[in-house]
Amino acid sequence: MQAQARTGAASSRLEPAIETPIVMVGRVGRRRAVAHMNLAAAQAGLRIGQAIAHATALVPGLVLHDLDPLADQAALHRLALWAQKLYSPTVAVDGDDGLVIDASGCAHLFGGEEKMLIDLRARLAKAGFVAQVAIADSWGGAHALARFSRRSVFVVAPGQTGLQIADLPLAGLRLPADLVENAGKLGFDTIAELEATAKGPLARRLGMEPVRRLDQAFGRVAEPIEPVMAAQTVRARKVFAEPIGAPETMARYLTLLVDELCVALEAASLGAKRLDAWFHRVDNQIVAARLSLAKPSRDAKRMVKLLCEKLEAVDPGFGVEAIVLAAFLAEPLSYRQDEAGLGQARKASADLTGLVDTLSNRLGADHVYRLASTQSDLPERSVRKAPALDPLEAHAWPIDWPRPTRLFRHPEPIDTVALLPDAPPAAFSWRGARRRVLRADGPERVFGEWWKADGELARSRDYFQVEDEAGERFWIYRDGDGEDPQSGSQRWFMAGVFG
Amino acid sequence: MEQSRSPAMSLTRSPAALDALRRQVRSLETVDQATRAVLPFGVAQIDGRLPGGGLQLGALHEVAGGADGALHGAAAARFTAGVLARADGQVLWCLRQRDLFAPSLAQVGLRPDRVIFAEAGDEAGVLASMEEGLRWPGLAGVVGEVGKLSMTASRRLQLAAEKSGQLAIAIRRWRRAAEAADLGQPTAASTRWRVSALPSTPLPVPGVGRPRWFLELLRCRAGDAFDIELEACDAKGHLRLPAPLADRPAGPDAGAGQDGRGLVAA
Repeated sequence: MQAQARTGAASSRLEPAIETPIVMVGRVGRRRAVAHMNLAAAQAGLRIGQAIAHATALVPGLVLHDLDPLADQAALHRLALWAQKLYSPTVAVDGDDGLVIDASGCAHLFGGEEKMLIDLRARLAKAGFVAQVAIADSWGGAHALARFSRRSVFVVAPGQTGLQIADLPLAGLRLPADLVENAGKLGFDTIAELEATAKGPLARRLGMEPVRRLDQAFGRVAEPIEPVMAAQTVRARKVFAEPIGAPETMARYLTLLVDELCVALEAASLGAKRLDAWFHRVDNQIVAARLSLAKPSRDAKRMVKLLCEKLEAVDPGFGVEAIVLAAFLAEPLSYRQDEAGLGQARKASADLTGLVDTLSNRLGADHVYRLASTQSDLPERSVRKAPALDPLEAHAWPIDWPRPTRLFRHPEPIDTVALLPDAPPAAFSWRGARRRVLRADGPERVFGEWWKADGELARSRDYFQVEDEAGERFWIYRDGDGEDPQSGSQRWFMAGVFG
Repeated sequence: MEQSRSPAMSLTRSPAALDALRRQVRSLETVDQATRAVLPFGVAQIDGRLPGGGLQLGALHEVAGGADGALHGAAAARFTAGVLARADGQVLWCLRQRDLFAPSLAQVGLRPDRVIFAEAGDEAGVLASMEEGLRWPGLAGVVGEVGKLSMTASRRLQLAAEKSGQLAIAIRRWRRAAEAADLGQPTAASTRWRVSALPSTPLPVPGVGRPRWFLELLRCRAGDAFDIELEACDAKGHLRLPAPLADRPAGPDAGAGQDGRGLVAA
C-alpha cells in the first residue's frame, strides 16, 4: 500500500487572541484580496478572494497581515526537513499550505498509522501550528481528506480512499480555482459527480487536468514524491543511461555511491547517523531504503554491507534509472586513536557499534537493547529497556531476594489451597498439573504505586517462593494482603519460574 | 614436561602410538584456531571429566532443561548466565520471546552492563543473530534460545565460533513437551548439557535453601557423558558440590577455585 499523509497547516501565529479576526492580504491581479484567514474571520462572514476594502468594511477591527509567499514557502520547506528527520525519508512540500509524507513502512515505528498521525499533530501543535492530518492510499486522496474532511486526524483503511473522498468538494482535487468555478457552473460540486461522468466528454469540456487529478486521487496512476533536501545535506547521485534491475548491479552502484558519500562526509568532518537511498524507477515511482546507525560513521564497507541487506526489500520494477543517496542525519566525527593494549585488556571495551547496527537494522531498532533497573518494587516495572550502546548507571536490583529467571508477561491464575491471611499455599494447580508445596519463603509484600495510578493506592501483592516435591521452584503471588478486600482480589497468580 | 602434560591427563595413560595419532587429529581439527582455550567450572569433578579441563571456548554448546524446564528453560538460562558471568567481556543474548527476567541474571553475576539483548521474532532470526554475533570479534559469548537446531544451523554456529574463539551457547527450549524429543537429534555442538531442578538444600528452619541442579552431560566431543548433583550458581556464577558429596567440610566456596576466572590453555 502506498500510504501518504499530508498536513494542512494554517500558518496562524498563536500570539493574538483566538477570537481576533485575522486575514492575510494577497494580490489577485492588481486587487488586494483576502488570501488566508483564521476561524474568527471565517465566522464573521469573510471569504477567500474577497476585496480587502470590502472585508474591512464588513468586520470592524480586522487585523491585516501582508502575505509573504516566499517566506511561507521557505518555512514550509524547513518544516518538511523537520518531518523528514522524524517520520520518513520521503517528505515533500504540498501546495502552499501542506506537507506530503510517504509513510509506507514507517507507521509501525510509532505503533500504527493513527498513533503516528496523532504524534505528528501534537508535535506541530507544540511548534504553534494547527494541523489537519490524514492518511490514505494516494497523495490526492490524503490531500483532499486533510483539507475537507472536517476531522483533525483521519485514517483511511487500505482500499477505502475512493469511498471516503467521494463526497468532498471539487477543490480537494488540487485543481486551479477557475477550473473549479467552471465545473461548478456545469453542475459538478463533489468529487463523486465528476468521477461518475464519462471521461471523454469531461476532458473535452474541462481539459485533461481534472481527469489526471481524478486518476491520481483514486490511485489509478502513480504519483512520485520528490523529497525535499536541505542544502547542506551530504548526498551522492547516479543516473543511468539504461535502467538497471539486477540486485548485483544495484549493489555495485551502491558501493560506488557510498564511497563517494564517505569522501564528501570526510571533507565535511561528518559521520552519517542515517542514510537514505532513493531508487527512481522507470515507472515514475520512488522506492526508499533507510539505514540507521547507532553512532556517526563513515565506514564505507560497513554501510555497503548494511545497505545491501536492505536491497531485498527494494523492488526495481521495470528498472531503476537513478539512485540518490543522502546522509540526512550527520554528526561531527573526527579520528580517534585506539588504545594500545594487549588482547585481553581491550576485550572488555571492544567496540560493538557495528554489531548493534547490523542487528538493529535487521530486527528493528527497539529489538536490540540492554535491560536496566528502574526505581520500582513491582517486578514487571523494575526493568526498562536502555539503548544498547549507552553506559548504564549502577544497578539497584535486590541481590538477596528471590527473583525468577523467567517472569511471565501475563501472570497466570492458579488454584490454591492456602491459609489466610499470610501463609503460603499448601498446594496449587497450574497448567493442569497439581503440585504440593514442600517448602516456601515469603511473603515479600509489594505495595501499589499510588503516584502512578489512583487505583493502586490501597493495592498490595504478597510474593512467595515455593518449591514442589520434584524441586521445581516457582514465584507466585496473591493479589491483596489476605485480609482487606480493598487491597486486591485475593486470588493467586503464577508470576514466574526459578532456575 | 610435567606442566605441559597435565591438562590432557586422560591421554597420558594411552599407548604412545594412539597418543600421537590423537594429537595429529586434534591439530587437524583445530587447524585455523589461534587459541584453544577453555573456561573451567572450578569444580574438579566436572573439569576433570571434560577434555581440556573446562568448557571449550570457540565452540558451540547446547543447554536444555529437564522435565518442564524443556518448555520454560529457566534453569538452563541461569546455568548459562553463570557460565558467562565467569567469562570476561560483553555477551549477546538472542531471545525469541521476552520472558527472561534480567534481575535474576544479575543475581548470578551477569551484570546488566554486560548483556545486550537481541529480540528476534522467530528461530531463524535467533540463529542469524547468533551467527552475526559470533562473527563479531570482542564478545565474550553469544547465547540463543532456540527449539529446533538442525545439523546445518549448528555447524554454521560452530564454525563461526571456532573462527572468533567465542563461547556459543544454544539454550534449547521448545513450545510443546512433545517437541523436546528433538534433543536426541545429532548436532555439531561440542557438548550437550541438561539441567534439571532438584529439591533445594535442606535448611534447619522452614524455607527454601540454595537451589540444587541435576546436571547431565549428555554428549561431549572427545569426552564421556556423566551426570552430577550440584548446588546452583552463586552470586558470581560459581557452582558447588553439595556438602555431603564433597570430600571436604562445607566451606563458603568449596569446589570453586580462587575465583574460578581465568583461562587454561590446552
